[in-house]
Amino acid sequence: MDIEQHLPILQVIVPLLFAPLIVLLQPRGLAWMATVAVCGLSFAIAVNLAMLVHGGQVLEYNLGGWQPPFGIALRVDALSALLLLIVTGAATVAALGCRESFNQQIEAHRQPLFFAAWLLLLAGLVGMVATADAFNIFVFMEISSLAGYILIAGGPDRRALLAVFKYLIMGTIGATFYLIGVGMVYMMTGTLNLDDMSRLIPGIADKTPIVFAAAFITIGLCLKAAMFPLHVWLPNAYTHAPHGVTVFMAACGTKVAIYVLVRFSFMVFQKGDLHHGLEFSMFLMPLGLLSIVVASAVAMFEGRLKRMLAFSSVAQMGYIFLGVSLLTNAGLTASFTHMFNHALAKGALFLSVACLSMRFWDLRIDQLAGAAKTMPLTCAAFLVGGLSLIGVPGTAGFISKWLLIQALMAEGELGLLMVGIVLISSLMAVVYIWRTIEVLYFKQPLKDPAATVVLAEAPILMLSVTLVTAFANILFGLLPDLPISLAAMAADILAGADQ
Amino acid sequence: MTIIFSLFLLSLLVVTALAMIRTTNLFVAAMLMSIFSLLMAANFFILDAADVALTEAAVGAGVTTVIFLSALRLTSQHERGPLASRRWIAKIVVVVTTMLLLYGTFDKPRLGDPNAPVHLYVAPYYLENTEALMGFPNVVTAVLSSFRGYDTLGEVFVVFIAAVGVMFILDARQGKGPEYEMPEAGLKHHLIPRAVGALLIPFMLLFGLYVQFHGEYGPGGGFQAGAIIATAFILYALLEGEKTALNAFSRNAQMVLIVCGSSLYGAVGVICMLKGGTFLDYSVLLDDPVAGRQAGIIIIELGVGMAVCGALLSIFHAFAARRPMVANR
Amino acid sequence: MSVADLTGYFNHVVFAILLMLGFYAVIAKGNLIKKLVGLSIFQSAVFLMYISMNKVDGGTAPILQKNVVDQIYSNPLPQVLILTAIVVGVATLSLGLAIVVRIHERYGSIEERELLDAD
Repeated sequence: MDIEQHLPILQVIVPLLFAPLIVLLQPRGLAWMATVAVCGLSFAIAVNLAMLVHGGQVLEYNLGGWQPPFGIALRVDALSALLLLIVTGAATVAALGCRESFNQQIEAHRQPLFFAAWLLLLAGLVGMVATADAFNIFVFMEISSLAGYILIAGGPDRRALLAVFKYLIMGTIGATFYLIGVGMVYMMTGTLNLDDMSRLIPGIADKTPIVFAAAFITIGLCLKAAMFPLHVWLPNAYTHAPHGVTVFMAACGTKVAIYVLVRFSFMVFQKGDLHHGLEFSMFLMPLGLLSIVVASAVAMFEGRLKRMLAFSSVAQMGYIFLGVSLLTNAGLTASFTHMFNHALAKGALFLSVACLSMRFWDLRIDQLAGAAKTMPLTCAAFLVGGLSLIGVPGTAGFISKWLLIQALMAEGELGLLMVGIVLISSLMAVVYIWRTIEVLYFKQPLKDPAATVVLAEAPILMLSVTLVTAFANILFGLLPDLPISLAAMAADILAGADQ
Repeated sequence: MTIIFSLFLLSLLVVTALAMIRTTNLFVAAMLMSIFSLLMAANFFILDAADVALTEAAVGAGVTTVIFLSALRLTSQHERGPLASRRWIAKIVVVVTTMLLLYGTFDKPRLGDPNAPVHLYVAPYYLENTEALMGFPNVVTAVLSSFRGYDTLGEVFVVFIAAVGVMFILDARQGKGPEYEMPEAGLKHHLIPRAVGALLIPFMLLFGLYVQFHGEYGPGGGFQAGAIIATAFILYALLEGEKTALNAFSRNAQMVLIVCGSSLYGAVGVICMLKGGTFLDYSVLLDDPVAGRQAGIIIIELGVGMAVCGALLSIFHAFAARRPMVANR
Repeated sequence: MSVADLTGYFNHVVFAILLMLGFYAVIAKGNLIKKLVGLSIFQSAVFLMYISMNKVDGGTAPILQKNVVDQIYSNPLPQVLILTAIVVGVATLSLGLAIVVRIHERYGSIEERELLDAD
């Protein structure tokens, strides 16, 4: 058996097939260990895939030995490799770095089920990224969504239940819209394979079912990607989820939906009809800009730390949508790089929130006064993540914002206007990050330390993972070649499909 | 004649859906849901989808209704009116979208058009080659378990995750705690249901096994069989009470069934890889590719049946064995 | 519109109506269980859309018959897809119900307005 040839499928089935076995691991801590090991193995596979793809290969894998379109095929190119890195990396870091937080929030006897859902979320997300079949995307989308609902419902607060119910309703509507869209494309082309669709669609692109399919798929996936104004499920879901789950989902959950949207739009619909590109752009650009401004503004006035960061996620998704909506090579490169860099920044931020939560049970910002005195390293990690989110030079966030601004500059006067909006929203990010930093570093600790359990740093494992993630923000800010080159290759593939 | 019948059934579907939405009694809504599923199954049958009709009847009209009712028992029976402010906006949105959708149907191929793109590409390959490649006549089973076996693997894990999720959210894995202290209940003192049930259960099990192992030749397969067998056990639980049913077939046994079923499916795929094929390429399992495919399909269908049966049962018990608890507001 | 048009497109019309009835229930109803009922109508509508695609005039279920020549069979592929989608629907519904049961236990209500007031 040649391992290299099987890597694309191993990427999916390693987490998928280990999930049932995790359920049986009852003794305390064993399920967590196995989960970390499986996540780590997936990450190793993703790194291998990324190296192969970086070397110029596109990996294809025919399941069951059937040629597409008769069977299902997997396909890993530069864009999927980048997403696979983000998803598996986030799963590994979050699982490894939140052990104490899991133990605090999930009862020991429920943990095996929880970690099975964790692995299935990972499997669902990588399955969506790796496959080249439109219906198979739906199947894995449902695996990841159902697993996501379970993980969020694990939050200790009863409001987690309301948040997850809302997410379940909106997520199911989004997935069903996607299914309707796929059905309409299938009705007009007879195939479910994405490459095959892009080959067949030029002759029939102006038929109304195809136009409707494009609308259904775009709206459905925007719902999943939490684009303004369809983001309403996200802030509460992220706020009330267990902290580890927030780290995982905030780093990669919505990005996979954007990935599928971009795939579909560029490789299928825009291929057939040049108008579609324009419509896509006209739809996403204003909404992307609105996400950036409105969500940043809400974040400035939000009192709860996790909710503030969740709104900031909505705003950051806006940057990604904005870059994609330019339809240019530079815009796509900026967006894909930002996916990677935002995962780093949000990962570091939410990890430090998880660390803070070990010592402060109330995560409203004003309750965290003076935390830097007792938890200097955690707060340093938060600071680095925050700087990266703002886009300060020297951090990863700067790289992608710089790329985005360059891409916008190439658009003429309208582009300059959008650069203005990006700069204003960066200032807003300065405001909401600074607000927290000020409380953490310069306020006196509250007189009544009822909110505090032990005045000490976070547990060593959590702390070290958080610091490593924060360090990665600086590392990829100074040496950004890998994400940028993968993103540029991905943009070439898509923009090539555009012509 | 069939056309009139199908128009009638479709109109009934709309009427039932309207009634489901209008009624404020949730118990009525649950029963209407069951009727809706049955009508849907009849429609599928008219449209030549025998396998789907069987699934919809077993899963949609059967198991789902029981699960729905046992969940209703734990919440409340009546709806207390909608949010008035949102009703008008919702109506406008819905009417406009319906108009748009109707406009969107104009370029669609009409029902039954033999020249529709779906009938000219991909599908003919399955119809022409199934007999030669698989050696059995049910093309739906062939596509389900081999050509698109990877989707079906995903589907098994959807069932698995549903069971995991319900057990996690309701904390029903071991069935301990005050929520799960159940007095012996059931219909023990009702002679007629018990007598009829005792007659029905063996036939249901037998029919389930038939559907499981005859899936290559007629409508049926692992999903339908798993659902039917689960229904038989659910009927037993309803008649004899949860305690007896859980003694006969414990929570742990159900969990093991789910895990074994889904792992069996995955294991077949991995063995195919080890024997030099790609994942789920059953033809390498035996020397003769056709026999290999048949063997692979029988084993994975068995895995599907086990996983579905175990998952539906554990979901049912998570709801049915729970005691109604009132909130400490 | 002729009779053939009516019968030929009636499935699409019912799909559109059912889809929107379900959608209406999801957004306009305040009762969480009612929302789930709406959601399952919404999903069922999509099943109908797919299954309507597979019918061929004069066709029969795609189970090949020996010794019969020139039999037309309906399309097996949409059926396979919908088998999967039905299972997804049941999975979503049971998870949704589990969440509603927990909400009822911890809030004492399943009406949206009362829940929003409670926090």
